[in-house]
Amino acid sequence: MRTLIAKSRVIDPASGLDEPRDILIEDGRILDLVRPGEKVADVAERIDAKGCIATPGFVDLHVHLREPGYEQKETIATGCMAAVSGGFTSVCSMANTNPVNDHSSVTALILAKAKEADLARVYPMAAVTKGLAGESLTEMGELYEHGVIGFTDDGRCVMNAAVMRNALVYANSFGVPVSVHAIDEHLAGDAPMNSGFHSMRLGLRGVPAAAEDTMVARDVVLSALTGARLHIQHISTKGAIEIVRMAKARGVPVTCEAAPHHFMLIDEDVGEYDTNFKMAPPLRGVDDREAVREALADGTIDAIATDHAPHEKLVKDCEFEKAANGIIGLETAFSLTWELVEAGVISEMRAIELLTVAPCKAFNLPHGTLTKGALADITIFDPKATYTFTTDRIYSLSKNSPFIGRAMKADVKRTLVGGRTVFARD
Amino acid sequence: MMWTRKDVLGLADLSVDEIQTILDTAESFKEINRREIKKVPTLRGKTVVNLFYEPSTRTRTSFEIAAKRLSADTVNFTPSSSSVGKGETLLDTVRNIEAMHPAVIVVRHPNAGTPHLLSRRVGISVVNAGDGAHEHPSQALLDMLMIREAKGRIEGLTISIVGDISHSRVARSNILGLKKMGANVRICGPATMIPPAIDRLGVEVFHDMDAAIHDADVIMMLRIQLERQTGALFPSNREYARFYGLNEARLERAKPDAIIMHPGPMNRGVEISSDVADSTRSKILDQVSNGVAVRMAILYLLAGRKAGDEDADREVEGH
Repeated sequence: MRTLIAKSRVIDPASGLDEPRDILIEDGRILDLVRPGEKVADVAERIDAKGCIATPGFVDLHVHLREPGYEQKETIATGCMAAVSGGFTSVCSMANTNPVNDHSSVTALILAKAKEADLARVYPMAAVTKGLAGESLTEMGELYEHGVIGFTDDGRCVMNAAVMRNALVYANSFGVPVSVHAIDEHLAGDAPMNSGFHSMRLGLRGVPAAAEDTMVARDVVLSALTGARLHIQHISTKGAIEIVRMAKARGVPVTCEAAPHHFMLIDEDVGEYDTNFKMAPPLRGVDDREAVREALADGTIDAIATDHAPHEKLVKDCEFEKAANGIIGLETAFSLTWELVEAGVISEMRAIELLTVAPCKAFNLPHGTLTKGALADITIFDPKATYTFTTDRIYSLSKNSPFIGRAMKADVKRTLVGGRTVFARD
Repeated sequence: MMWTRKDVLGLADLSVDEIQTILDTAESFKEINRREIKKVPTLRGKTVVNLFYEPSTRTRTSFEIAAKRLSADTVNFTPSSSSVGKGETLLDTVRNIEAMHPAVIVVRHPNAGTPHLLSRRVGISVVNAGDGAHEHPSQALLDMLMIREAKGRIEGLTISIVGDISHSRVARSNILGLKKMGANVRICGPATMIPPAIDRLGVEVFHDMDAAIHDADVIMMLRIQLERQTGALFPSNREYARFYGLNEARLERAKPDAIIMHPGPMNRGVEISSDVADSTRSKILDQVSNGVAVRMAILYLLAGRKAGDEDADREVEGH
C-alpha cells in the first residue's frame, strides 16, 4: 500500500533538504520524494499537509516510561502515546524502573510491552551498575544483545571513578556510549534547587553548578583517557558546557543533550515553592540558560532530550523539599524548541537536527532522515499554529508540567511510525 | 490601618504598615502580661491549633500562652508521634484539623515553604512558627519590638547579626524585616555559613567579627547548631568561640549602649560567653517576654477582629 504526504515542505537536516516535496511511502519506507504536483500512481492513502512542515520523526534520548514498577506514573503504552502526540517516533527509556533494567529479562519485558503498545519505537537503556548502586557492572554484553542502545544510571551518578572508567571501556567494546547524570552527589547533597539568590531567599539548600561541572570534567577526562564514548545527559550549567566545548575541540568522543526546561526556565521560576519547577538537575540561573541556548546553536549540545519524568499528583502535591524530581516533557518539547526558532536563537534546520539526526548519531539509531529507503518515521507540524497547553492535551498518565497554561507556538499535526499514522490532531 | 491579611507567613510579605501594626498592637498587649489576672476575653470560643512538626518547647509555649491570655482554646498537635507515623500526608493532616474549625493554625515544619503550601490550601489563618531555614516571622517581630523598645526606633540603627546565617530562619526574617524598617544590617559568620547572594538583600557581609560589630547598636547572636559540625562547616566549638563568639573584650567594639540579643536556646561559652549573656546589656529574657505579646498581637489581628468589628478593638483599647 502506498501513502502520499502531499503539499508539505520537507526539512531533512541529514540530507540538507529544505524544499516543498510530496513524500511517497511504501511498505513502511520512503519510496520517493517527489516535486509538488508530480503525478504519482497507485496511492491508497493521501495525507494533505498543506501549510505544514514534514521532518524525520523526533527522537528522544531521555524518557522515563516508568514501567515496570511505577505504573501509577506512566505505562509504556501511555508514555508512547504521549511521545507520538509530541511528534516523537523513537524514545530511549531510562533504567530506573522497579525492578531496575539491569537484567535482560527486564529489557525483554520493556520491548514486549512497547511492541504491544505499537506506537513509538522504544529503545531501552540499561543500568551501568547493578541496582544503580554504583558498584558492579551489569551484564552489558547480554543486555546489548537483547537490544539496549546505551547504559545509564540516570537519576544517580556513578561516583566511583574506577567503576566509571571500567564502564566506559567495557560498554565501548560494544560500540555503545555510557550516558551520565553528571552530579557530584556529595556537593549536591539532596538539595532541592539551584544554589543562588533564590535558594537563599526561599531558605532551601542549593545544588551548586560546580556539582555538575566537576563531574562532567571527571567523565570527560575518563573519556579522553580511554577513548570511550561518553554522553552527558541534561546539561544545565555554563561551566559544564564550557568543559564539553573544550573536550570536543580536543577530539574527545563526548556528546551531550539539553532539556527544554533548561533552555526555557530559570531558578527564579520556582516562585513560592512550586513543585512543578523541581527537577534534577535543577533549573539554573540566567547565565546558565543563555549558555545552554548558545551551545544548542553552536553545536556543543548535540541533541534536545526531554527527560520526560512523569509523577503522580501525590508525590508533587506536597512540601517542596519532599516532592519528587522531574516533569513531563514529551508533549511540550517541540513547541518549546520552536520558540527558540521564533526567537532567532537557532534556525529551523538546526532545531530539526537537534530533534532528529543528531540524537540518532550519538546512539547509532537507524533513524533521523527522510532519504529514499529510510524507515518512514515522519512528523508533520504546522509552524504557524498556536495553542494553549492544557491538561486536556496531555496523554501522559501524569500531569506534572510547569508549562500548563502557557501559550505555545507550532503544533504537531500528525506522526507516522513506519509509514503508519499513529497520531493525528484534528 | 485595617488588617486584611489572612496569614502571617514571613517578613518577605509584610508591608511596613503591617509590621508597625503588629508591633503597636503587641505594645498594647504587654500591659496585660504584667497584670495579676493575665487574661482578656478577645478570642473566647475560638481555637488555636499548634501544629509542630519539629520539637520547640519555647516557641510552642509562647504561642500557647499568647492564645490562652486571649481566652482562646489551644490544642497542641505533634504529628511525629501520631498520624505521620501512620503514613498520613501533611495536607491530609491539615485538612483534618481544618474540618474541626479552628480559627488559626500555627505551624512549625522542617521543610521551607510548608506554611505557604498550607495557606494556599486551607481557608483558616496560618501562622508560620518557623519553616526550615526560611523564615521565623514571630521571632523577628519580637526582636523588632525589643529593638524599638530599647532604642526608640529601628530606622538608621546598625544591627549586626552573627552566626550561622545559612541555616537560620531567624536571621532571614530579621534581615528582611529590619531592612524594611530602615536599619543598616550587617551579617557575620564563617564563610561556610554565609549563603550565596545574600548581599542582594542589602546587607553588608563580614567574616571578621571585630569589624562586624564595630559601632553597632544591636548585636544579635545566633545559636550554633552543634550537630552541624558533622557537615564540617567549622572545625571546632573552640575555634568558633575564638573567632565568632561574643565576649566582654570583643563587646568593647560596639557602641557603649549597644544591646545584646539571642533567640535562644544559648550555647554558653560557644557563641556567647556567660558574662555577656547575663550582663545588663543582654535583652535575652526580655525578648522572651516580648514573644508572648507579639504572638498575642498576631493571633488577635488574624482571628480577633473582622472588618468593622469595633467591639474587638474597644475591648483591647479598654484594657
